[in-house]
Amino acid sequence: MIRCLQDLLERAEEARAHRQAHRAEVLVCAGTGCVANGSMEVFAALREVLAKFGLDSRQVGVTGNGACLCGGGRSVVVKHIGCHGFCEMGPLVRIDPEGLLYCKVKPADAEEIVEQTVAEGRVVERLLYRHPVTGERYARQDEIPFYAKQTRLTLKDCGHIDPHRIDDYLAEGGYRGLARALLELTPDEVISEVTASGLRGRGGGGFPTGRKWQLTRQSPAERKFVVCNGDEGDPGAFMDRSVMEGDPHRVIEGMAIAGYAIGASEGYIYVRAEYPLAVKRLREAIDDAEEYGLLGDNILGSGFSFRLYLKEGAGAFVCGEESALLASIEGKRGMPMPKPPYPAQEGLWRLPTLINNVETYASVPVILAGGAEAYRRYGTESSPGTKTFALTGDVANTGLIEVPMGMPLREILFDIGGGIRSGKRFKAVQIGGPSGGCLTEEHLDLPLDFDSLSEAGAMIGSGGLVVMDENTCMVEVARFFMSFTQNESCGKCVLCREGTYRMLEILERIVEGKGELRDLDLLEELAETVKDGSLCGLGKTAPNPVLTTLRYFRDEYIAHVVEKRCPAGACRALVRYRINPELCRGCGLCARSCPVQAITGRRREPYVIDQDRCIRCGACINACRLEAIEEVAQ
Amino acid sequence: MHANPIAPAAAEDVEAAVQRIVRSTPARRMDLIPILQAIQAEYRYLPEAALRCVARELNIPPATVYGVATFYSQFALNPKGKWVIQVCNGTACHVRGAKRLLDALNRRLGLTENGSTTGDGLFTLEIVSCLGACGLAPVVVVGDKVHGQLTEEAIELLIDHLEAEEGQGEKVEEAGREVRSR
Repeated sequence: MIRCLQDLLERAEEARAHRQAHRAEVLVCAGTGCVANGSMEVFAALREVLAKFGLDSRQVGVTGNGACLCGGGRSVVVKHIGCHGFCEMGPLVRIDPEGLLYCKVKPADAEEIVEQTVAEGRVVERLLYRHPVTGERYARQDEIPFYAKQTRLTLKDCGHIDPHRIDDYLAEGGYRGLARALLELTPDEVISEVTASGLRGRGGGGFPTGRKWQLTRQSPAERKFVVCNGDEGDPGAFMDRSVMEGDPHRVIEGMAIAGYAIGASEGYIYVRAEYPLAVKRLREAIDDAEEYGLLGDNILGSGFSFRLYLKEGAGAFVCGEESALLASIEGKRGMPMPKPPYPAQEGLWRLPTLINNVETYASVPVILAGGAEAYRRYGTESSPGTKTFALTGDVANTGLIEVPMGMPLREILFDIGGGIRSGKRFKAVQIGGPSGGCLTEEHLDLPLDFDSLSEAGAMIGSGGLVVMDENTCMVEVARFFMSFTQNESCGKCVLCREGTYRMLEILERIVEGKGELRDLDLLEELAETVKDGSLCGLGKTAPNPVLTTLRYFRDEYIAHVVEKRCPAGACRALVRYRINPELCRGCGLCARSCPVQAITGRRREPYVIDQDRCIRCGACINACRLEAIEEVAQ
Repeated sequence: MHANPIAPAAAEDVEAAVQRIVRSTPARRMDLIPILQAIQAEYRYLPEAALRCVARELNIPPATVYGVATFYSQFALNPKGKWVIQVCNGTACHVRGAKRLLDALNRRLGLTENGSTTGDGLFTLEIVSCLGACGLAPVVVVGDKVHGQLTEEAIELLIDHLEAEEGQGEKVEEAGREVRSR
């Protein structure tokens, strides 16, 4: 039990000494991505091999001071850690203190890792990251270009500490921001510090966080709430998931600081149902924090009490909207309410409620522990600090990154992301999910911050960056997002419910080659109407993907409606498949894979596709080993 | 032949189970969603009798319970199959070919509609938006296991594996092999 600052510092020192006492730490990533790739099997294999070396597996990985390994006199631990962000290369295993990173590790590699690296200090070359373009290998994690250009503040501990162990977080200076807030500052001073840092809401809107806290503090009420929005629903975004899974205490600490600042003693974390691991880790972390006295009554002897509860979502994208989220916590249908009143005045059960996103809360301990000025050293004047992005799609290195605000898109895509995969040409990057927009080559030098993006018609949103290459059809991308928002519209506002439906119909017509030129004007008109006539952010931003693609890729729309041609060759109705007779050797694999028997031919002679029968499913393209089947324009 | 896994639950059993679930919570209005989640975890859907019982226990109109049950995509009013296969169609998965996986699954299982279940009650196929595993796109979740960087061949193998496990379909040579794409 930690009752005062002295206890906290002692406990942290103990935890630090404990970590340093290990001869080596073998850290196995246990984020959703690596688990899917089999990291739990790798973890089990590593423990087994270490046990074979004379280490009691109970001592390994649980507490320190285990039996020694090869005369070093100090123990080796195997631990689970949170997401490293380099999901594509998983399962990832990091070896400390050397800071080595092994990629795509298989259970069979465990023996070599223990024998070579842990025991002898030698690097296993073949497990190192190899740059897909230059072919160069990197041993240390921080030398890999993917990491070298990042600045990790909120993700600092993600991938280094065991999210199951509160001691690991304490060893890295955890809960020191809370201690400073509770013991050295008044609530108003905490708010001033957050205001001075210039932190803006990381959930998408970019509203100044300090201002929001101030408004909630000023609302007179006996009871107030702190709510964390962990309903990260934007397709292509997983930053919040990684933080909740990999460093749950950072979110809890941020929320406790917020509770002190606004005068609330209760909080809710709302996590979407699709993130079971985040739910589990947060539950454990809340229990541990309570056990340590860092949540509960009279925290650190300050007289401030704070309790946290976890609420699981049930699958509704619109619940990412704050008033809908609050309705969902109350057990109702998650439908947005008109504003004002804002949650700061009337939120949960009509009481003043502060609602921020996961990353915003996770940034708060950094600001309180290090001071606003240190935080402002990163980022730009109007958007200080760092931002996490989920870099995905057709880019060589996909994963979770954190960079200073204002970094140009080019550096993110080409230096960190390693460029477009398989040598194709860059076409666009979709930013901000279904509320955001598409940026093109002309925007590559645009600094990524709140203001420059909204000028370009896009928004940072929650931070999904989906990279698209020349084979992606932008009209089809617009259709994809429209079908997403149409499906997720809660139906309350007529213009959102019906307008998105009509827009989707038009887009479907266009990708099927049945569009007309006047459809483009109609799309623009509908887009403006849906924006004007919707209550919440879902409807207000739903037309953005259509508007930005119309703005930057109008010629693609025109090709679809006038020439009935898809320049990217992606729209199935507008392409046909053809077997190149010069490459086909008549093996018949394609004919066997065809579900509608559209392919016929004689063995060892070129086969042909019956265009009337073909449903363009692509099965034959995958089946052909000679790449003899091509997509051509109709 | 094993018992049909999607046979509707008997009403009196449902009643007892719902009461047990409701009474394990403080039974406030705000507990409605967790209660429905617990019922669905037990029955793989929300039987009508359960919805009525929840309304009585929480003292709210059945229409309100029905409203919540139909609002959230997690809840099903019809029995789901033993294996729920969720094909992620988030942006990253979409760009990397989720549609092809979906088509392959539909063909293989003989399904056409999103959320439909095979006649033997083994598989339910659902399209979901982002599962947050974008780095592994395209992603399919079966039960609670995430399978990433999937190809059409790998997904076929996965179904073979599950069917073999159920003692159905032909034993396939690869079936025992771990299904993981390169």
